[in-house]
Amino acid sequence: MVPLSYYLVLSGILFVCGVLGFLIKRNIITIFMSIELMLNGVNLSFVAFAAQWHALSGQVFVFFVMVVAAAEAAVGLAIIIAVYRTRETLNVDRVNLLKL
Amino acid sequence: MTPNPYLWLLPILPLAGAAINGFLGRHSSKKSITAIALVFSGAAFVMALILAAGFSSAAAPYYFDLAHWIRAGSFQVDYSFYLDQLSLVMLLVVTGVGFLIHIYTVGYMWDDDGYYRFMSYLNLFMFFMLTLVLARNYLVMFIGWEGVGLASYLLVGFWFVKDSAASAGKKAFIVTRIGDFGFLIALFLMVKHFGTLDFTQVFAAVHVLPSETGGAGLLTAIGLLLMVGAAGKSAQIPLYVWLPDAMEGPTPVSALIHAATMVTAGVYMVARSSAIFDRAPMAMMVVAIIGTLTALFAATIGIAQTDIKKVLAYSTVSQLGYMFMACGVGAFSAGIFHLMTHAFFKGLLFLAAGSVIHGIGGEQDMRKMGGLRVYMPVTFITMSIATFTITGFPPLAAYFSKDEILWKAYSSPQGSWVYWLIGVITAFLTSFYMFRLWFLTFFGDYRGAPAAQDVNHPASDAHALHAAHESHGHGEPHESPWVMLGPLVVLAVLSFVGGWIGIGGRFEHFLAPVFQGGMGTELSHESAGESASAVTETLLMLISVAAAVLGFLLAWALYLRRPQLPARIAAKLGGLYQAVLHKYYIDELYAALFVKPLIDGSTTILWHGIDQGGIDAAVNDSADAARHISDSLRHMQSGNLRSYAGWVAAGGAAVIAYMVWMGIR
Repeated sequence: MVPLSYYLVLSGILFVCGVLGFLIKRNIITIFMSIELMLNGVNLSFVAFAAQWHALSGQVFVFFVMVVAAAEAAVGLAIIIAVYRTRETLNVDRVNLLKL
Repeated sequence: MTPNPYLWLLPILPLAGAAINGFLGRHSSKKSITAIALVFSGAAFVMALILAAGFSSAAAPYYFDLAHWIRAGSFQVDYSFYLDQLSLVMLLVVTGVGFLIHIYTVGYMWDDDGYYRFMSYLNLFMFFMLTLVLARNYLVMFIGWEGVGLASYLLVGFWFVKDSAASAGKKAFIVTRIGDFGFLIALFLMVKHFGTLDFTQVFAAVHVLPSETGGAGLLTAIGLLLMVGAAGKSAQIPLYVWLPDAMEGPTPVSALIHAATMVTAGVYMVARSSAIFDRAPMAMMVVAIIGTLTALFAATIGIAQTDIKKVLAYSTVSQLGYMFMACGVGAFSAGIFHLMTHAFFKGLLFLAAGSVIHGIGGEQDMRKMGGLRVYMPVTFITMSIATFTITGFPPLAAYFSKDEILWKAYSSPQGSWVYWLIGVITAFLTSFYMFRLWFLTFFGDYRGAPAAQDVNHPASDAHALHAAHESHGHGEPHESPWVMLGPLVVLAVLSFVGGWIGIGGRFEHFLAPVFQGGMGTELSHESAGESASAVTETLLMLISVAAAVLGFLLAWALYLRRPQLPARIAAKLGGLYQAVLHKYYIDELYAALFVKPLIDGSTTILWHGIDQGGIDAAVNDSADAARHISDSLRHMQSGNLRSYAGWVAAGGAAVIAYMVWMGIR
């Protein structure tokens, strides 16, 4: 049996990878993928805890997250396409019209 | 007590005139301004006459409650008016002399740009003065009291572009405020101990108390504080310094406010409070001493002044001193009697002086006048009547009133021969400086500047300000127009005959119900009217007339027969003459004692210290700090999406670190 801490460390690594990717990358699609990475990092800790404590609620939560993530992906990708059509770029640093 | 529903109209009439002229006057013609000012002040006079005609001593006092004002538990003050014998006398003086001076003003101020403003202020003054006189309680009286101070400030500083006039206005206001402070504390004491400010109720409460013969008590304190207020308003030692400076105002103002009416408000207030003073002998004594000293002191200063209005100003201070002397020895009706005659003759003196100043193009220095009786005969005759009146020649008005005061100062239980002696000396000095003025102005040769230079003459009088507008040059002294001379003639007649109503004690009997309060003094004196005292009275009367004649002769000898003599005497007296000439350096003393420390203290401690160092510094520093902090925080909001995300991540990390650190699960 793999100890819980291994899962949690891996989950943390995934999450931090996601955060760093989100902060460093300029391409919106990459940022989007980093968000997915963070979500899945969290999912991993959910299922790990669920297995450890024999509680199903963790797994149910993961399903919810997946559903939301799928919906978010649909909406997000649509927004990205719309942004690209109007701005002709996917560089977030140049999508800054709200700045003063 | 009889209600009289017309009382409130009296003050309201001039107020309406002031409002109309004040708000609309700028764009109306001078004729309509004149009409409004005269109609409303004249209507007040007519109202006063009607009230006087319907006045019956049996029904008095009349009253009218206009409106509720303060209702706090058992303490209540209403906006209500009150008319008894005392207020009736004041009423007639204020509206009568006031109306005459309004007429005079038409001639005197016609060429001034601020004509409408002046007329409006005059009417406003009438309103406040009538409020003061007609008040039924001390608080309404205080409204009028402050209001006339305001009007005085506005009118003294009427030519406000002149620095001296503006500061004279401020001086008049601030110095009288010091007195008002005492008055106000007296009112607080009354509220605390009697729970009311209504005249009748306060006096009823006072009657229950015993006379404070032994030492100082509540009534003495109230009396002294009231006297502080009266000293401020009526220019008595030590607060008289504002009145001479107030002569910066136009001459009608000097006549109306600073001679005939406002400055006598203190006397009126003390007389009104006679019930309180009656039971506080020490306060009475202080009143008498202050009055006596002021009379003498101001008269000596008047001797050396060269400005015609300044002489009259010191004379006013001196005459007010007489009135307080009378009040201080319990002869309130004598004080009010002199107040009335003084209003006539001093108003006349000022108006005549104004006519002289007007006639020679704004010159106020008596050394540059002379021989004017040829040029302005009507002014000369009226002024002569006033001069002989004030010096106490029989049978003119002040002969009766001043004599009454001197006799009471000698004979009343609180009186003493010292008061009488100083009073007679003052009468002599009065006679001397008044005839000095008279001879210098009207006799000898005209010593003024020759023709044509006068228009741009840098005269000390503010008259010079509008001298430029005058169509007629001031080549030669000329008589004033009849609109100015008319009031002079009327006042001259009043100065002549005004004292006759006091013959046989009729005036005193008329006022007696007002002062009957705790009044053993005046009545007991009457019952003690033995033949011996009648002889003494005649003797004292002769002495005071002799003093007046002596003053006349001395002035005649010095200023008409041998005009070079005064300069030699002045040189011989040296230091003493200089001291008198500089008004005993009182202004300088006050400046060094009070004004300078106040200014220095305010500058270093209050201004630089507390205001700049404390309040301003706190505000500025906190503003600076806010600016600096926000300047650095501003950079957080860069508009860069990833930096926002970074802050979110950093924040999340900080929260997690905190929770781990604190061991929260």
